[in-house]
Amino acid sequence: MSTCTLIPDWCRISEEATHSIEDYGRGVPRWCLGCGDHAILAAVQRYCRDEQLPLEKTVFVSGIGCSSRFPHYMETYGFHGIHGRPFPIAEGIKMVRPDLNVFVSTGDGDCCSIGTAHWIHAIRYNMDMTVLLHDNEIYGLTKKQASPTSPAGLKTNTTPRGSRLNPLNPLSATLGVANVSFVAQAVDWIPDLLHDIIRMASLHKGFSFIRVLQRCPAYLPTEFEAQTRNPERVLLLKHQDGLTLPPEIAQTYRNQEEHDPGDIHRAREIASASDPIPVGILYHNPAVPCYEDSVDRDRIDTAETTHAFLEQEMDKFTIWPTSSEARRA
Amino acid sequence: MGYGVWTVEIIPAEIQPPARSVAGASGNRIRFASNPVTNGGDAADLAVALNEQVLLERLGELKPGCMILLEDKWRTDPNPSIAAQYRKTYDELTESGFRLVEVPMEAECRKLVSDPRRGKNMFVLGLLCGIYAFDLQVAREQIAFIFATKPQAVIDANINLLEAGYAWTRANLEMRVNIPATKPTLPQLVLNGNSAIGLGIVASGMKACAMYPITPATSASHYLSEIFEQVGGFVHQAEDEIAACCFAIGASYAGGCAVTITSGPGYSLKQEAIGLAVMAEIPLVVVNVQRGGPSTGQPTKVEQGDLLATVFGCHGDAPKVVMAAASIEDCFYSMITARKIAETFNTVVVVLTDASIASAQTTIPRPQSDPAWHAPPLDQNPVAPGALRYDWDSETGLARRVIPGQPGGMHCVTGLAHDRRSRVAYDPRNNEEGLRNRSRKLITLQQTLRTPAVFGEESGDMLIVGWGSTKGAIEEAVRRVRAEGARVGALHLRFIQPMPPGIGEIIRRFKRVLVVENNWSDPVDGAGVTEDNRRFSNLAWLLRARYLVDADCWSEVMGQPIKPSTVVRIIRERLS
Repeated sequence: MSTCTLIPDWCRISEEATHSIEDYGRGVPRWCLGCGDHAILAAVQRYCRDEQLPLEKTVFVSGIGCSSRFPHYMETYGFHGIHGRPFPIAEGIKMVRPDLNVFVSTGDGDCCSIGTAHWIHAIRYNMDMTVLLHDNEIYGLTKKQASPTSPAGLKTNTTPRGSRLNPLNPLSATLGVANVSFVAQAVDWIPDLLHDIIRMASLHKGFSFIRVLQRCPAYLPTEFEAQTRNPERVLLLKHQDGLTLPPEIAQTYRNQEEHDPGDIHRAREIASASDPIPVGILYHNPAVPCYEDSVDRDRIDTAETTHAFLEQEMDKFTIWPTSSEARRA
Repeated sequence: MGYGVWTVEIIPAEIQPPARSVAGASGNRIRFASNPVTNGGDAADLAVALNEQVLLERLGELKPGCMILLEDKWRTDPNPSIAAQYRKTYDELTESGFRLVEVPMEAECRKLVSDPRRGKNMFVLGLLCGIYAFDLQVAREQIAFIFATKPQAVIDANINLLEAGYAWTRANLEMRVNIPATKPTLPQLVLNGNSAIGLGIVASGMKACAMYPITPATSASHYLSEIFEQVGGFVHQAEDEIAACCFAIGASYAGGCAVTITSGPGYSLKQEAIGLAVMAEIPLVVVNVQRGGPSTGQPTKVEQGDLLATVFGCHGDAPKVVMAAASIEDCFYSMITARKIAETFNTVVVVLTDASIASAQTTIPRPQSDPAWHAPPLDQNPVAPGALRYDWDSETGLARRVIPGQPGGMHCVTGLAHDRRSRVAYDPRNNEEGLRNRSRKLITLQQTLRTPAVFGEESGDMLIVGWGSTKGAIEEAVRRVRAEGARVGALHLRFIQPMPPGIGEIIRRFKRVLVVENNWSDPVDGAGVTEDNRRFSNLAWLLRARYLVDADCWSEVMGQPIKPSTVVRIIRERLS
């Protein structure tokens, strides 16, 4: 798992462990061939390796759905929860243990349908965690039902004559909530940018929301076909405070916009457009306070201090003996 | 002072119900005696009413012919219909035999303060001190203690009102009742059940509470919010009940043990998350301060209707520990026990209380703080290579707990069926093994429980079985019928799941078993009720199923605590 390196004096073994990409992987993912989840997993593992995140100090939390199997494939701590509720679980973890690196993997059904209330409030809590919305615009694990992000008119098992509603836009929704601090969009077919966006999201202290548009070869095989074939249908967002585009990417994807991630109004305009697909950092505000920091963590509490406090608190309810000196008899 | 006391809050669900309305009446029932009081008792010997309308709904709770001290300002109200209403009610109550005494409460208070509506309660306290010959000095000290953070002028104004009330009684009333106080040997606290839960959470060493506002549970969180951060804890008000439960599960997973506090509807919403904690073996304490149900039901009223939902709630087999606090004192200690069991057994412990002890106040001996109550510090030691997350012990079903931060312990907990390494496993052997070990934990816990003591007769004609808040009323009733010669005992259950050992043996020592509880059961003589279709009260179902005993039940859903006199009447009826 960890590689031990001999240091120059040949007599001690370094306690510094270095982790390879493989060290972060566990088991063989059981996603379909060509599923976008593979690309996200690879990008995340690469990021963990680059940052050498300690395995035991990192927790991946998920809900239910194809994408929520994610924590099972990471050799870190993981919490595969219940449908729609990864956010409150992750919040509880982060509140008690701000020392842990917390990631959330959630799908478009998990986050934007059954768990919507938690998603909205998680943005408002702005706790320090990196969120990957695996958005394939379809329910996969339950076998092809329309999701809130499915395009209007999509024929599925529950909408055989085409879905009746316009899709919900997760980027616009996130950008509309108080305390939003980091919003980005990535696509599974440009893995280098996916990696760079995950890195920037993780560096941000706060609730970093990344929507990853991903392909579902089983149930929506043609959904992003045009965009994957034609680089003109992707709009890259670049800025000195946002993404710096690697030269080979910049050469392929010529459709680019200089976008300041501090500009929420332009971010909202970009978010509302879907063709070309914007990719990059839409919004970043490092100044939003984190909910977990509202708790005083400097105090040291022991059984003794708790005991002393309890005695003091019971004094307030003590009616006999009546004199305060005798209350603690 | 040395009295036993029990108070019951009478609160409407509305914040500002119409004034002088019958349904909007609010108030406080106070029962006191020379010795400790365990319940709200029966009919009142004395009533104080700030208007005559509030009496109308509660006449049944007054002793026939008792004295009523009545605010007289309505007799001369400028609105003629109010004045007429007052006179009519006054005359009717007098005709029914009540001894009405009109007291110029507002007029007397106005002599001392500009807004008499804010001081009347102190004037009334003075009236009562006069009647019961209380030591006024003690009352003055208590006022100074309660308003310690307020300016001296506030304390003085309240003491003046107190003394005015006292003087009015001395000058105008002949009634005097002298109840001797018994000096307690231990220091005494006065608190309600919800505050006791808050204090108990602090004492248990838990540091995280997640909740969503719901009546009647919320006041426990109010109190905890006030104090928790001073011991390094925090209260998270979540966006909903499900989030509150999941937040607590996340907090527990990351180390320690968290609590979520709720009432009936919130408890229903938490079910799936509770099942997750059971499945993944994460410690969690859930407090359900029951109220009237189903659905929104009666938010401020008393009921014990959630027992079966608690024992059997969740889809699939989700064995969890179910405890019920039998008194206000028990609310405190049950938090300490619940935390300990949750962490020892890595499972969910639900503690049931209800509205009758949540807001009732009584005196309890001051707890002697014990270092063993507190949770141990988090274990962040490395995990031995090859150690399995769910290394179930075949005898106890227990597995070690591993929390994030421990090197070498990395694993992914899941609500899916899993093997000993916490890998998803759908094969029959692993599934059966998980279910067996999670169930085994309750057996292990059950073996450590003590058989509860029987109150009253150890054997005889009838055993009354109860659980939760009814203990005081049932035991008082049993004491009374035993004084009449009835051979009756009472058994009270604090652990409902698992049930302690020895219950079956106790049951067999009595000719009949009668379960008394505050929830629905079809009355045995109800229309169309037969042996084949009668729906029993919650605990009666459980006793009948487990002990194959033909346990009868009596229950009511009046939204109020069960009165001892009611239980006396039922015992007499069933024995005759």
